[in-house]
Amino acid sequence: MENVGSFALLLALALAAYSLGGSAVGAWRNKPVLVKSSQRATIAVWALVTLGIASLFYLLMTDQFRMSYVAAHSNRDLPLFYKATSLWSGQEGSLLLWSWILSTYAMLIVVIHRKASPAVKPLIPWVNAVMMGSQCFFLWLNTIVASPFHLLLASGEGAVNMAVPDGKGLNPLLQHPAMVIHPPILYIGYVGFAVPFAFAAATLIVKPKGEEWIHVTRKWTMVTWLFLGTGILLGARWAYAVLGWGGYWGWDPVENASFMPWLTGTAFLHSVMMQEKKGMLKVWNMALVFSTYLLCLFGTSLTRSGMVSSVHAFARSPIAPYFTAMLALGVTFSVGLLLMSRDYLRSENRLESLVSRESSFLFNNLVLLAACFTVLWGTLFPVISDAVTGNKISVGPAFFNKVNIPVGLFLLFLTGVGPLLAWRRSSLDGLRRNFLGPAILGGVALVGLFAAGMRSFFALMTFMLCVFVTATIVQEFYKGASVLARKRGISLLAGVRDLTLSNTRRYGGYVVHIAIVLMFIGFAGQAFTAELETELKPGESATLKNYRFDLTSVTNQDNPNFAGMTAVVDVYKDGEKIATMDPERRFYKASQQPTSVVNIRQRLNEDLYLVLLGPGQDRAGVGIHAYVNPLVMWLWIGGFVNILGTLLALKPSRGVHETPRRAAALVVPDAVRATL
Amino acid sequence: MNKKAQFGVAIAIVLATMAYLAKAGVEQSKTYYVTIKELQAMKQGDRDRRLRVGGNVAPGSIKREGRRTEFTLVEEDRTIPVVYTGSAPLPDTFVDNSQALAEGHLNKNGVFEANGIQAKCASKYAAKPGEPGQQMTNPKPAPKTSFAPGKS
Repeated sequence: MENVGSFALLLALALAAYSLGGSAVGAWRNKPVLVKSSQRATIAVWALVTLGIASLFYLLMTDQFRMSYVAAHSNRDLPLFYKATSLWSGQEGSLLLWSWILSTYAMLIVVIHRKASPAVKPLIPWVNAVMMGSQCFFLWLNTIVASPFHLLLASGEGAVNMAVPDGKGLNPLLQHPAMVIHPPILYIGYVGFAVPFAFAAATLIVKPKGEEWIHVTRKWTMVTWLFLGTGILLGARWAYAVLGWGGYWGWDPVENASFMPWLTGTAFLHSVMMQEKKGMLKVWNMALVFSTYLLCLFGTSLTRSGMVSSVHAFARSPIAPYFTAMLALGVTFSVGLLLMSRDYLRSENRLESLVSRESSFLFNNLVLLAACFTVLWGTLFPVISDAVTGNKISVGPAFFNKVNIPVGLFLLFLTGVGPLLAWRRSSLDGLRRNFLGPAILGGVALVGLFAAGMRSFFALMTFMLCVFVTATIVQEFYKGASVLARKRGISLLAGVRDLTLSNTRRYGGYVVHIAIVLMFIGFAGQAFTAELETELKPGESATLKNYRFDLTSVTNQDNPNFAGMTAVVDVYKDGEKIATMDPERRFYKASQQPTSVVNIRQRLNEDLYLVLLGPGQDRAGVGIHAYVNPLVMWLWIGGFVNILGTLLALKPSRGVHETPRRAAALVVPDAVRATL
Repeated sequence: MNKKAQFGVAIAIVLATMAYLAKAGVEQSKTYYVTIKELQAMKQGDRDRRLRVGGNVAPGSIKREGRRTEFTLVEEDRTIPVVYTGSAPLPDTFVDNSQALAEGHLNKNGVFEANGIQAKCASKYAAKPGEPGQQMTNPKPAPKTSFAPGKS
């Protein structure tokens, strides 16, 4: 089976190289037959990589411990479910997954854009070529540098030991349902930014008239942005539910690496509107698309090179130099294309007023990019300080929070203000009409919370802005829907539905903004966490805030996968029994690793989070760590609303609702448009 | 004021605020990486900085007493005694011969007083590309085998 897999990947590499060359030459020399055959090669590449990943899957499922990858990441007694996930729990397997996702995107582009409009059609061969360029790189890694199909014999662990009876097992921390879907979803997001990258590069090569490419690119970006954001949240969710330190985000380099492309991607999704409606920020948008994908590659090379010490990046990996080389190539390619296309990307309009939609987009981008830069700076701080002063200095979460909390609040403010400002300039009257109500509501919330005893500055600001933003959005829905309802004689609710469906892009965007508000409510909860660490014997109890914990008993269990102890804790709130919780401590036999199984009681107002630390000092008691985490639930709810909103925005609007500028671009000369 | 100047001022205010916050953040949380050799050669005045020193845990050196854990870090032929008194539990991976990072400062007697410990088990873990979330220890260390609470 491993031979089938290896051979499939090798053949895929050859075909990807052919597809890259064929597409480029075919488009350049105008040879449709060559282009066609390259696109078929792309589909074949996908089929072959699928075969490759399927054979690794088969080897894992059938416990072939003579394979080095299987022996290192699985074991006989692992539940079937997790045997499947060990496919991406190691480097070689996860790279293969990456490669497969990339090939799937490339295949989808060829299939979906088979009947592309005349404006987009000439781009496709070049898009295919760029995608295949990336694909060649990954297949090179899959076959030559980090093949998952090595026998144990070949991996240098001793020629005698050709097979082991049982594997070393999957890291117990990874044996969690969120971990099953988190890596694939995150990769779909990461890899997906290759698509906007390819479209942008193709546009600069072909230089088509009009902005049609940007509509296509925007849709692809939204899809991949949704996956990246959801993947990041699932990672946070996994960290929260599994790692047992009571939080979900620690500004670790690997987390930062996934957050940076999300920031630039978000910036692009906003600033792209400036290009669609006003023909502005063209160079900027291109640069954003390029840097988003390059940041994905950079993140990978950063965390695998051992350049910065991450708690994730334990193994220095031989693939880091290849990523660095690929990154250098990508940067050169992008900068070169941008420099050669300065005329094509000339801006068609100028900024007119500080209080305008344009200006709000500008500041949105400025702040997102500055945040991305600070995250990058903080992550690289040890490297930079070492180079500049000779002292290796690292910065901690305090640094990232200090900068990013105010930035987040400013962005939240813009979320409310931006969509309601008029293009070009806003009149004082318009401002009053749109913002008076929401501002009053925000102020009332602020005063109310302060009177209720809340003193945390950032929490007060956050809640005030959340109310303000929500009010602006509700007002938007209400205004539009009530007009529709009156005109068509339907109910207000039906009005909301029709309104949303008539301009999914706008109202889907508002739903995404609501999701952001919900997440900020979750973040603000961090200001009120409480924790307690103690040692209890059965029969003893401890209190935290208005909770009391009674340890009733400690039980032991043993099965082939792990041995474990469970603390049975009765929880009382204000003297009334509300739950029995059972945090566990496990020792996984195959991997010889201990781990805690956190028990969380989740409610909309606050989570109760219990960790069993293990036997205590005098063996009769056990260590318990308890946290009260307010409002965390809203973060996950925000994640779901974000999915909903993005899907809504991706759905085509009912009736004709293309942007006005697209029509205008064809008939109105630049000089005339500038005066409109 | 013309438009360009208005935008220039607004942008400058935003960036200056962020730069100021960043600088304050660095001052607040910066930690110097040092080797045991550098640590022992360090001037008195620098010893109060937040420091991070790495090495292997000398086998048999771990002594626990309530919340206090003593051990010795070794790097090549140099050793340094470490006392950990932090509130967070020690990580699961903190055992004899593991690679450990201690964060804290050096006291007058040449003992490193740590309030944070990170430990790596030498081989097991291979990271995945851009995987946000698999920290084993972080600002707050992950749970641990060896629970050593105070005499509560």
